[in-house]
Amino acid sequence: MTSTASTAPPGLLVFQPKPDRPPPLQTVGVVGWLRNNLFNGWYNSLLTILILLLLVKVVPPLFSWALFDAVWTGGRDACTAGNDGACWVFVADKFRVLMVGMYPAEHLTRPILAGILFVVLSALSIFRLFSARKLVLLWVVGTAGCFWLINGGWGLTVVDQSLWGGLMLSLGLAVIGIMVSIPLGILLALGRYSQLSVIRALCVGIIEPIRGVPLITILFMASVMLPLFLPVGMEINNMLRVQIGIILFSAAYMAEVVRGGLQAIPAGQYDAAKSLGLNYWKTTVLVVLPQALRHVIPSMINRCIALFKDTSLVIIVGLLDFLGMTRASIQDPNWLGFDAEAYVFCAFVYWVICFSMSRYGRSLERQGGNE
Amino acid sequence: MSNATKRNGDQGAQAPVIQMRDVNKWFGNFHVLKDINLDVARGERIVICGPSGSGKSTLIRCINRLEIHESGTIIVDGIELTRNMKHIHKVRRQTGMVFQDFNLFPHMTILENLIFAPMWVHRIPRNRAEKIARQYLERVRIPDQAGKYPGQLSGGQQQRAAIARSLCMNPRIMLFDEPTSALDPEMIKEVLDVMVELAREGMTMICVTHEMGFARTVADRVVFMDSGEIVEQADPETFFSGARYDRTHLFLKQIL
Ligand SMILES: Nc1ncnc2c1ncn2[C@@H]1O[C@H](COP(=O)(O)OP(=O)(O)O)[C@@H](O)[C@H]1O
Ligand SMILES: [Mg+2]
Repeated sequence: MTSTASTAPPGLLVFQPKPDRPPPLQTVGVVGWLRNNLFNGWYNSLLTILILLLLVKVVPPLFSWALFDAVWTGGRDACTAGNDGACWVFVADKFRVLMVGMYPAEHLTRPILAGILFVVLSALSIFRLFSARKLVLLWVVGTAGCFWLINGGWGLTVVDQSLWGGLMLSLGLAVIGIMVSIPLGILLALGRYSQLSVIRALCVGIIEPIRGVPLITILFMASVMLPLFLPVGMEINNMLRVQIGIILFSAAYMAEVVRGGLQAIPAGQYDAAKSLGLNYWKTTVLVVLPQALRHVIPSMINRCIALFKDTSLVIIVGLLDFLGMTRASIQDPNWLGFDAEAYVFCAFVYWVICFSMSRYGRSLERQGGNE
Repeated sequence: MSNATKRNGDQGAQAPVIQMRDVNKWFGNFHVLKDINLDVARGERIVICGPSGSGKSTLIRCINRLEIHESGTIIVDGIELTRNMKHIHKVRRQTGMVFQDFNLFPHMTILENLIFAPMWVHRIPRNRAEKIARQYLERVRIPDQAGKYPGQLSGGQQQRAAIARSLCMNPRIMLFDEPTSALDPEMIKEVLDVMVELAREGMTMICVTHEMGFARTVADRVVFMDSGEIVEQADPETFFSGARYDRTHLFLKQIL
């Protein structure tokens, strides 16, 4: 019974596996990669060469403009001394308004502290130093802390919200928008599957109209029309109205994203949970949502990125966010003619933030796929 | 004969633990269960068989109200199944169910799957729930899989984990819906062994299965269903050798 190769009965052929050989040169290494990806067929080869030519034409001038010929120090005059490069002095001069808007200079440490807190929170999330549950808690507490620092009250001087602006405002609107709209979107999505037709109708009645109009419309309505509906004497400030508009808009989209995840849960999961005696809420929170949300993390991150970029639309209701401040800066009569620098800087900051979010989403995706 | 005496005995000593009276159910216009009458005594082992689509799954899913019957009464351990959610949860807590495709929770490890319901439904503290869970994993012979995720186990191991998950809730009745139908042949036996053991310990079991060997070894009664009706029921010996209906003969000929 325990016969191995050595004790095989005589007369049988002995199987000898062939040794492994290296693959042919064309399929591996640099040569193989080039062959497979850039020069596979005359059409791709032509495209590769054209694109290479284009890059050679465009990239070096771009680099010399942005880095090598750029003016990094000095004042306004350094830039007008017949230089071809970018004038980053301009961005440095406008840096404060770009970051925090008209926030009073004597309280500047507060938004700086809030910014540090924000960066720390982001780092904790990126390096996953805590469990998901603790991270959520940290973000809620941390964001509340940032808001207190920036807004004031409870011992701090209150800074009027009409003075807020710049990147601080963009990030604030986006972070609060994301943090409130995700749970709200989850509730709306669950409501769509409710046994009670009233709740179902209510949720569809909220989601569909909001998804049917552009964010600009919602911001206008929140800013201009909402006050008309409010009872006399009750006032909500513009910032809060805009924030509510952003939250509702984002929640409607989040709801649809979550719905996709809910649809991916097999009916057997509900059966199993029910048969173990779990009620609706325990089944939903402990069995269904953890699985559904894992499915939709990539789309959710996409929504977050879109939302962050969409906050730039608040300019039309008179708030000066990061992009708004960029546009305001280039109209400064002391600094005319530096539009390119302003927009390149603005785009670069947006890109860094969005790209980080996207990479973070990817890593979450990979982590979720391991289990 | 043996059926008759059993029924008399039940009425004398204790009421049946499951009692289905004139149960009817429809899916839309489709009449899926027709006048079902079924009594199950405590400790009784029942095998339900019948062609695909005859309503076997629907019948046992009515017993823990995963499906809602439209007419008739179902009483489980003295509790009638109505819209009363409290009663439904009570019945579900004492009724374990094992499904054809396991339905383990894929985002939890095997151990977490097992302690989940005891902790959240029975409010048992974690360390005690874990102790119980490990005992049951031992019993279904996969003690070393506790830390793995369901996706990392073979079908047979997953199904045994699912059985253990049900047992952790300390149920009085176990419902099995074709527990071996999704398994490769070499894994069927390891699951059936666990079920036979459970039967030997006196668990009340209703088992939808086409494993006639299992029916012969452990069943007190075999129930044959077709087109939403119970065609006939008898103890295994009578059922396999002297079924009274042509439909039953045809079915047995096809699967044996
Ligand atoms: N949720 C449902 N909606 C509509 N029809 C269903 C549903 N579940 C089962 N059926 C139908 O009811 C019949 C009985 O199903 P089932 O009880 O699963 O049969 P079995 O388990 O005996 O194969 C089948 O014809 C099936 O198509
Ligand atoms: Mg079935």
